[in-house]
Formats: sequence, structure tokens, C-alpha cells
Amino acid sequence: MITTDICIIGAGPVGLFAVFEAGLLKMRCHLIDALPQVGGQLSEIYPQKPIYDIPGYPAINAQTLVDNLMEQIAPFNPGFTLGERVESLDRQEDGSYQITTSDGTAVHCQVVVIAGGLGSFEPRKPEILNLEQFEGKGVAYMVKNPEQLRNRRVVLAGGGDSALDWTIFLAEIAKEVTLVHRSDSFRGAPDSAEKVVELAKQGRINLVLQSNITSINGNGHLQEVTITAKDKSVTTLEADNLIPLFGLTPKLGPIADWGLSIDKSAISVDTTDYSTNVERIYAIGDINTYPGKLKLILCGFHEAALMCQSAFHHVHPNQKLSFKYTTVNGVPTF
Amino acid sequence: MITFTVEDRDGEQKPVEVPEGISLSLMEVLKASDYNILATCGGMALCATCHVQVVNGFDNLPPAQDLELDMLDTLPDADSDSRLACQIRVDEAVEGALFRIKSEEPS
Ligand SMILES: Cc1cc2nc3c(=O)[nH]c(=O)nc-3n(C[C@H](O)[C@H](O)[C@H](O)COP(=O)(O)OP(=O)(O)OC[C@H]3O[C@@H](n4cnc5c(N)ncnc54)[C@H](O)[C@@H]3O)c2cc1C
Ligand code: FES
Repeated sequence: MITTDICIIGAGPVGLFAVFEAGLLKMRCHLIDALPQVGGQLSEIYPQKPIYDIPGYPAINAQTLVDNLMEQIAPFNPGFTLGERVESLDRQEDGSYQITTSDGTAVHCQVVVIAGGLGSFEPRKPEILNLEQFEGKGVAYMVKNPEQLRNRRVVLAGGGDSALDWTIFLAEIAKEVTLVHRSDSFRGAPDSAEKVVELAKQGRINLVLQSNITSINGNGHLQEVTITAKDKSVTTLEADNLIPLFGLTPKLGPIADWGLSIDKSAISVDTTDYSTNVERIYAIGDINTYPGKLKLILCGFHEAALMCQSAFHHVHPNQKLSFKYTTVNGVPTF
Repeated sequence: MITFTVEDRDGEQKPVEVPEGISLSLMEVLKASDYNILATCGGMALCATCHVQVVNGFDNLPPAQDLELDMLDTLPDADSDSRLACQIRVDEAVEGALFRIKSEEPS
């Protein structure tokens, strides 16, 4: 079990900056994110876009801002659990919490901070008969460990960059690779599209265009994939793994079931300290709502600072908090 | 006035009227008309949460640009008549069109 002072759900810009503010007050943080990387919307949706409204930066690239935040919080050594979604919060008798993720990771903490943005980013799932039945039994929506696909018969679906990139990569290690795409051309990076077409010409992968996967079957584990072409012809293919790659979309998910007061998919908070209706649970950044709320990174940073002043009293109930500038004290580390 | 029809996820069709000359995208008009779409990226063709199927009037619209086509490729349920509502200007080209909301309902 991981033990920390503050467990932050969501490693977007606001969750990351909360680590800094907590660190200044000598509180340790552990961050959990459903995505395999930190940065939230900035890294997932618009990594290469410039942001113009971060004080002190006339313009900053979104991914650079995330990298800078990581550098800024490094002295506080936060813990990270990435690629796992927080599923449940359990209040302990002494008021502290135990948090459990989709992969069973458990974190014990004094304070929970929800910095979940738009919710956790979940894979977009195509309409394929029996799809969910084979999740974890041959069907996966991201490639976590490519070695597990060595010498397997893999079918990929999609026409974006990740479908192209993984097709090229897996052509080297899988026994058989088939890429199924609904259109007859690829819009992804021209280089990758050309490479995929070339691999198909050389017979190193199967390219099935103008087609959709319509159903899958197997006996406990995926065994075959049925493909329906635009002209309605149907073919069946033997396969060990199916990887639909259609990007991610945010979903509020389990946060909705935690007994928090929710208004239009956002958590209502008290603006004096961004606490929720449940003691020791705070909500900051895009996930919260209050009169006048603006979904801006700047506003989330401000909320993180105020939240930490309040959370301190739960983490160190017997200590008095006195406000000090970092210019006077520097940045303390653990 | 420009008039077109919107079909919601439950199949209900309603006419939408928009004064001529307003410079709004279909996504903005849908949001303003209280349709439940997320439009996370605010119209930058980056999130695909404003996906619509153009049931009538597809050929009257100016063709999609690369950024929009790239994004549509990442959708499992996109078809040849799919568009991103944020990339469609509401002007004479949409007169009489029928748009079906395809994006998933925000939770
Ligand atoms: C295209 C675009 C451009 C933008 N431009 C600007 C701009 O110029 N300036 C500006 O200030 N803002 C901008 N924004 C808004 C800005 O991105 C958000 O305000 C900011 O990302 C909010 O940060 P956050 O940390 O609250 O949430 P997010 O960035 O959404 O991060 C939340 C994280 O929480 C994770 N999460 C949620 N639930 C769970 C769970 N149950 N378990 C595990 N993890 C979970 C998610 O996976 C996600 O990574 C823009 C947004 C978009 C989409
Ligand atoms: S609003 Fe994001 S793609 Fe249209």
C-alpha cells in the first residue's frame, strides 16, 4: 500500500501544480492518472499548441508547460501511478481515505484532491458485436507492452496516427498484422501512411480498406474477427489480438458515484478553500464548479494554492500554519 | 433566415432557425440551442466531440479541410457523410440540411 499525505486524482496541469503548493507546506503527494502520461488535456489534446495566458510567458507550448511543471515539482518527489483509473474512495474510521485504482493499486492518504478535469480519458469503442466480452481476453485499446504481441496474429482497427504507427511497429514482431480501416485512404502523417501501404505491397501486413470489423468470436479468448466491407461482402479472419485505435474521449466515470454534490458533470465546491460537501475531499481545476467559474489553467493554479492552506489542517492537525513567501524561504524539499 | 433540421440522439427532429449573416459555427449554434454536446476543444477540430452526420445537404457544404479529416479518421463511427460541427459555418450552404448528432452524450 502506498502511503501519502495528499492523493491527487488527475495529473493535469492543476494536479501537478498542487504538488508544488502542497510541498511548500511540507505535505507529500501521490498522483494517479488514467492516462499513461502526465499533463491532462495539454498532453492528450493539444501538446503542440501555444498557450498565451500563463503569467510570465507571452506564449508557451502546452507540452513545454507540462515539462516545466514536472521540473518545478521534482524537488518534492511526488509519487505517480499512471495508466490506472481511480475507481473507489473508502473513508477510514479516523477520517483518512483509501483509494483504489482499476488495477488494484491502493493509496492511503489524509486528504483527497480531485483534479480530474473533464473526467478520465477513456478509449472510444467501435460498435463491434461481443467487443466488451473479449476485453482483456485478446481485445485491448492501447498497446501497453508490445512484447506480449510477439509472434501473435494481431488485427488493428483505425485510420489515425496511432493505428498507422502501431501497424508499422508490430509488422516487425507480430506473426501476422492486419489493419482494417473504413476509408480507402489514410489521413495520418503522410510518411506513416506511405510506409503502411509499402508494407502491404511487400506482403508484410494485410491492409483491409473500405471495411469495418463487425463482430468477434472466440472460446474464452479471441479467435476470429469478422470484417464487413463497404460492398457488404463478409470475411472472417483468425486472430489472437484485436486493437481498436480510435483515440480517447473524456468520461466523468466513477467520480459521479462518490456521493459528491455534482452539478452538470462538475463538482460543486466552497470557494473559500475548494472543499466539496465531503470532509477532506477537495476538487480543483476544470472538474469543479462555483458561481463565476472559468475553466482556465490560471484559475486552477489559484484554486490549488487555496486548497493546500485548508488541507494542511487535516494533514498536520496540531501545527499552526504561517504564510511565507518562497522568496523569503526558498523552496524547501523533503 | 437560414433553416435546417437537427436530429438528436433519440431520433427527434427539430427545425433550427438562424438569422442570416451571423458568424457562428454549427457547433456554436447547437450549443446555443441547448443540444447536449461537449465540444471540449471549443471548435479547434481537436476533440471530435461535435461529430455530426450530414443526412441531407452534404454536397452543398464546403469540403472538409485536412485537420478535420484527420480528426474524423480517429472516430469509430464516422462515415463518408460525417463532419465536425465546429468546422461548418452556418450560412446559405446549410439551408435545408439535416444534421444528425453523432457524438456520444457527455456523462
Ligand atoms: C484545445 C484546448 C485549448 C485550451 N487552451 C487553453 C488556454 O490557452 N489557456 C488555458 O488556461 N486553458 C486552456 N484550455 C483549458 C485547459 O486545458 C484546462 O483548463 C486544463 O487542462 C484543466 O486542467 P486540470 O488539471 O483541471 O484537468 P485536465 O487537464 O483535464 O486533467 C485531468 C486529468 O485527470 C485524469 N482523471 C480524471 N478522472 C480520473 C480518474 N477517475 N482516475 C484517474 N485519472 C483521472 C484525466 O485522465 C486527466 O489526465 C484549453 C483546452 C483545450 C481542450
Ligand atoms: S469542438 Fe472539438 S472538434 Fe469540434
